[in-house]
Amino acid sequence: MAAPAIPATGRAIEVRASRGLWRDAMRRLLRNKPALLGLLFIGIFVFAAVFAPLIAPYGPLEGTLVQRMKPPGGAHLFGTDLQGRDELTRILYGAQVSLLAGVASVIMGLSIGGIAGALAGGLGGWVDSVLMRVVDVMLSIPGILLAIGIVAWLDRGLPQIMFAVAMTNAPIFARILRGSLLSLRNSDYVTAAQSIGAPPSRILLRHMLPNSLTALIVAATLALATAIIDVAGLGFLGLGPPDPRTPEWGTMLTDSTKFLRQAPWLIFLPGLAIVISAIGFNLLGDGLRESLDPRLKR
Amino acid sequence: MTKYILRRLLLTIPVLIGLSIVLFAFIHLLPGDPAAAILGQHATPDRVAAMREYLHLDDPIWQQYLAYVSNLLHGDFGTSVINNQPIIHEFLTRFPATIELTLAAMLYAVGVGIPLGRFAARHAQSWSDGAVTIVSLLGINIPVFVLGLTLQYIFAVQLKVLPASGRLDFSLRFDSPTNFLLIDSLVARRFDVFVDAARHLVLPAIALGSIPLAIITRITRASVLDVSNEDYVRTARAKGLTDGRVDSRHIMRNAWLPVVTVIGLQVGGLLAGAVITETVFAWGGVGRYVVDAINNRDYQVVQNVILIFAFVFLIVNLIVDVGYAFLNPRIRYA
Repeated sequence: MAAPAIPATGRAIEVRASRGLWRDAMRRLLRNKPALLGLLFIGIFVFAAVFAPLIAPYGPLEGTLVQRMKPPGGAHLFGTDLQGRDELTRILYGAQVSLLAGVASVIMGLSIGGIAGALAGGLGGWVDSVLMRVVDVMLSIPGILLAIGIVAWLDRGLPQIMFAVAMTNAPIFARILRGSLLSLRNSDYVTAAQSIGAPPSRILLRHMLPNSLTALIVAATLALATAIIDVAGLGFLGLGPPDPRTPEWGTMLTDSTKFLRQAPWLIFLPGLAIVISAIGFNLLGDGLRESLDPRLKR
Repeated sequence: MTKYILRRLLLTIPVLIGLSIVLFAFIHLLPGDPAAAILGQHATPDRVAAMREYLHLDDPIWQQYLAYVSNLLHGDFGTSVINNQPIIHEFLTRFPATIELTLAAMLYAVGVGIPLGRFAARHAQSWSDGAVTIVSLLGINIPVFVLGLTLQYIFAVQLKVLPASGRLDFSLRFDSPTNFLLIDSLVARRFDVFVDAARHLVLPAIALGSIPLAIITRITRASVLDVSNEDYVRTARAKGLTDGRVDSRHIMRNAWLPVVTVIGLQVGGLLAGAVITETVFAWGGVGRYVVDAINNRDYQVVQNVILIFAFVFLIVNLIVDVGYAFLNPRIRYA
């Protein structure tokens, strides 16, 4: 009874897809209020990162010890830090470091995990078994501990941090893509492509990968939130950028922990920046999931 | 069931071998002479030579690996270059502190998360449900160290109702044989120590438990809502059962499974989060041991503590999987 119904809906989705799946998803996303709020949060920090030199009231390294730990207000809206530098300025410049590190690490993780997942899901056999055991091993080291180990090994530095956070994400991306490819392997359009003699590489690249992308895009957006938190976490543990003057949110926070009593704003304000940007990517990721997969929406 | 456990056990062996290869590479791919890197700049040539022999650096690489694994299997996890103590000894002394912290965090997350999720599901789409959603969104996105420092500021600096850091007040002298402070103090009938240790545990446990709390709340809410729409729940209500009975007998029994899975999945996050929480609260556990080791470039400590953490994580996952199969017959007989 259900059998005739499935091809019918399948055809309906295809017709809509040809009219533009992405524009359709975009329209749904713009009607999703939490996702818009997320976009707004992200927009604020992207704007801050791009225009920091223009909108920041001071230079990121400019300050004298006489001006240290001034509470928020007056000439310094967010107060000043332990070296007398303007905290607002450093948070704005910090957006450059944190967003760059977050985005770069997710792109790196996507490339590594994407290739591994595509090879595993596309080729199957022993390639699949070997790659998935590697993924199991990497996932057996819980979260940030893997990143800590990699930074300890490669030494401190922004590229090392990005790579370390990327390696915590890569196995997750690999699993998602592989799972999605496996579920598509027996779908009708793949069988159709095979039966007209399309080579496996073409089937993988033109038919299977585009249909697996949505799951990966959602996962990557959500991973941006954890990447920003992990980068800040490494900074907090003292594994941040080697130049201590670099305005990185986590490092700014860890420098001030000893002065929690005297200058709590030096903890709360960079902390708030981390939380708001993470929430932004989380809301956007959830919104993307709903708009890219209309079946989820009730 | 036995067959399932055996198969699951066998599956962890390749992971363990892979893990040992990765961590072996961690030391043996260090730039320059690994022995010199482990011992630091001020090592005497004698000590470097001794370390080269210990690591079998003059043998082919596969013999070096076999030597590493054989040491591990003999319980030799190397010595710390900072205090010359066997790493396993230091680990075992500190691990109870980490267990105490993670268990307390888990207890908090489960104890608050499940009732909160059930509450939100019962009042779905109301303002209180919205409030729970916002709190859980915040809980997932607030880094452990930001929440920890905020709690310290509110409850220790401003209100002065809870201690800011450490595990026990310095004025209380207490020799804890197992380092499980809460248990040891009860055994020794030192109730003042027990109360003080429990008070020290509150803030770090809340900070560490916030992410699992948020996730457990979300899953419980979704799962309860899902089951509430089932036909058999409507039938149960139609035949006149009380709300409480429908809740306990028909909804919760079926809503448990996803919740239990998610609770199991949180263990890894808790172990990793403990590293940062212990740094914030000066908690003398394994997490701080790793962070100190990195700052001291004590590579063998980093290597082997990560190995033991991963091993513990694998064991916990194994227990969770078996427990899940026990709860869900569909998996057991698959």
